[in-house]
Amino acid sequence: MSATFDPRRVMTDQDVKTISRVEELSYELKIRDVMTARVHTVTPQMQIVEVLDLFREKRISGAPVVEGAQMIGLISLEDLIRAMRRGNGHARVSEYMTTDVITVRDFEPVVTGLEVFARTGVGRLPVLDEHGRLAGILTKGDITSGTLRALHEDFQAEEVRRYRASHLFEDIVSDRTSLILRYWIKPRDFQHGGQASSDIKRALLRLGADAQLARRCGIAVYEAEMNLIIHTTNGGIIKVEIEPGQIKMSAVDDGPGIPDVELAQRPGWSTATEEVREMGFGAGMGLKNIERCVDKMTLESTVGAGTRLTMKIHLQPRQGFNGASVSHSERATA
Amino acid sequence: MTLDELIQVVAGQMVTRRQPRPIEIKGGCGADLMSDVLAAIQPQAVLLTGLCNPQVVRTATMADVAAIVFVRGKQPTPDMIALADEQQIPLITAPFGMFELCGRLYQAGLPSLETSLMNDATA
Repeated sequence: MSATFDPRRVMTDQDVKTISRVEELSYELKIRDVMTARVHTVTPQMQIVEVLDLFREKRISGAPVVEGAQMIGLISLEDLIRAMRRGNGHARVSEYMTTDVITVRDFEPVVTGLEVFARTGVGRLPVLDEHGRLAGILTKGDITSGTLRALHEDFQAEEVRRYRASHLFEDIVSDRTSLILRYWIKPRDFQHGGQASSDIKRALLRLGADAQLARRCGIAVYEAEMNLIIHTTNGGIIKVEIEPGQIKMSAVDDGPGIPDVELAQRPGWSTATEEVREMGFGAGMGLKNIERCVDKMTLESTVGAGTRLTMKIHLQPRQGFNGASVSHSERATA
Repeated sequence: MTLDELIQVVAGQMVTRRQPRPIEIKGGCGADLMSDVLAAIQPQAVLLTGLCNPQVVRTATMADVAAIVFVRGKQPTPDMIALADEQQIPLITAPFGMFELCGRLYQAGLPSLETSLMNDATA
């Protein structure tokens, strides 16, 4: 049912629409990042035959016409042919150049260049800097190679990040290595609710955790994060301790505390306000969800003093982080 | 089902940017209660919901949701769109109600990706 991508097929404009890291890059990359900065220019006083020699020698098919620091026109192979056909090889560039030149600015995003190419059908665009001076020239080829270069850099950067992270536990030698992440959660901050959890999930993936493990941790810690946001007086702290063989997560706050811990864990029991329920939370399923996702959950609370929720996931060797050696006796104690 | 097929079936409009990777939608889940989503949804599902706040996007991130369809033409706010772009989750708004949209997708061959209580497996 789903369309497959055939690498042998020539890429059409339609396809380009659906490849969006490229599209994204066309907004992120500036024209100055991809343009050719070393431009061969001509002067308006030059003769047509001289320009023809220059074009032949440099293997170019067009050049900006510059007077002083100002670009005043563009001359292309086509203009030269027009002059030669009339036998005007010794005419001045100024007589045959195009003065009505479409330009782009070097600080504009690449997508602007693409739009101008598509709209006007021209083959090259002179690029001006913020002062209106000629800064370079842009062709579609420049955009293609510039985008590919950026994609390649992107890819390498992510590879290096992943490599470094996944070898963390292998490269650093100690009797017991762990990585601790801490997040301060503010009460009633629904706007940022889930930020810490998504950071945690991403960190685990970077460290080489498999998708299912990252998902289990993500869901458990998200429910815990929302609990801190919904119920606490002063917010709380989420702590994640990552070791080669296990992940320990905790959510700790200093109040108000839960009067009946057993009741709080009963599915469907909730003390959430109508406002919280309207946000899709407070259905009394949070702790149940957490319990389902982790190997061991402990909830301790004292009214007036605060609540401590701890969650533990044991890692199987195949789920663990690269280089992690987990003994079999260590797991399965859940 | 591809994202384009989904958009067509629900007669929806995508409000987020196009994503770099092709998105495959393996099934669906309809819920307004985010805890239900977290409890029941399996990875790579489209989430249909009437709830329209940033927590929907957060929930989707945690639960590996492939795309979100807002029912009854609900429009996500700019901060939701920004968050969804960052998390690479397409947001679609569709002009029908939950029942109609679930029905359309089911009829188009999209299975349910909600774990039922009859075989409640862990996430």
